[in-house]
Amino acid sequence: MDKIRVVHYINQFFAQIGGEEKADIPPEIRPGIVGPGAALQQGLGDEFEVVATAICGDSHFGANLEEDTAKLLDMIAEYKPQLFVAGPAFNAGRYGVACGTIAKAVEEKLGIPVVTGMYVENPGVDMFRKDLFIIATGNSAADMRKSMPVMAALAKKLAKGEEVLGPSIEGYHERGIRVNYFADIRGSERGIQMLLKKMAKQPFETEYPMPAFDRVDPAAPVTDMKHAKIAVVTSGGIVPQGNPDHIESSSATKWGLYSIEGMDHMDKKDFMTIHGGYDRAFVTEDPDLVVPLDVLRELEKEGEFGELANYFITTTGTGTSTGNAKRFGEEFVPKLLEDNITAVILTST
Amino acid sequence: MVKEIERAGIPVVHMCTVVPISKTIGANRIIPAIGIPYPLGDPHLGEEGSYKLRMKLVKRALKALQTPVDGQTVFE
Repeated sequence: MDKIRVVHYINQFFAQIGGEEKADIPPEIRPGIVGPGAALQQGLGDEFEVVATAICGDSHFGANLEEDTAKLLDMIAEYKPQLFVAGPAFNAGRYGVACGTIAKAVEEKLGIPVVTGMYVENPGVDMFRKDLFIIATGNSAADMRKSMPVMAALAKKLAKGEEVLGPSIEGYHERGIRVNYFADIRGSERGIQMLLKKMAKQPFETEYPMPAFDRVDPAAPVTDMKHAKIAVVTSGGIVPQGNPDHIESSSATKWGLYSIEGMDHMDKKDFMTIHGGYDRAFVTEDPDLVVPLDVLRELEKEGEFGELANYFITTTGTGTSTGNAKRFGEEFVPKLLEDNITAVILTST
Repeated sequence: MVKEIERAGIPVVHMCTVVPISKTIGANRIIPAIGIPYPLGDPHLGEEGSYKLRMKLVKRALKALQTPVDGQTVFE
């Protein structure tokens, strides 16, 4: 049987060309193994052959991302690889970005499995974790002996089309992908086991890690409310009757902007709730419970604030990923800025 | 959504029923709302009572928007 053909990518340092002073060397490819390729070959075993090693200086790659990626792709394709491995880059930032960029390009353009490896703080991890299998390594080349076998093991599985298990088992950085499976022990028992461990101050692993949230400093307060223009945004799922834009009742992928011009309250003839995360009976009768248009109109008339935007922005909050929610914000904020909105009231159920 | 609005420099008040979620996602001005199926009002108080409650909450929201805060602040 023919051996599975592998191309390996490394930088100028691991190719033993030189350090920082050689970081501007252009892309090249050499037949066979160079530097850490020996450890890769050993980890992959006899069924695989590292047929070539692609090399580029980290600075050269960083400064010529697109050109170097294209050149390297052509060079790599000539060797007809069936598997591509980049690095590991440990905590070297430019090298990590190079490994991620070229690995992603190879996966997309050549359609073969790719694996790379990086230390958790390498900026390449956050840039490419959703696209690639990135093995978690130590922060320096001293970890090569430990990390290369892990990379090789996962690479073998991918090349042979075997099932890849979760990140903590295979040793790669979490990709934000959830896979359904049947557990032997039902949820209630697992929950109690976790609780008992927690009470005994023993380590336990949550089945639902919360995403890390970033923080934004508070915006300056409104100084002139009498002239402020206020807009309402809601995650409470209020939409015009019939839900014209088909916003989902949970795990929303879109938001809507709807007129409230000339209305003095949210009439149930005009609006409905499609939110799948609460009992809709009350809000169906009175959508003002979520979009407080009636009181805002009164306060507007009384001059408590300048004016109300003639629309509200809405989506469904339940089950909606923070990634999508962030995107919604990014999409509608330009509209708020364009309309000179001074402040926003955001309501959630 | 709260954070993207605030990131653009527009002050935002989050009126929400589950305050810990609001804190986790990073809202800075938070008004605790009444109930999950009726955040701004209370149908059990009748139409007038519910309206009054909503008025009180929205006035508090306007006040929160005019209040300087250093970090996450819950306006009870």
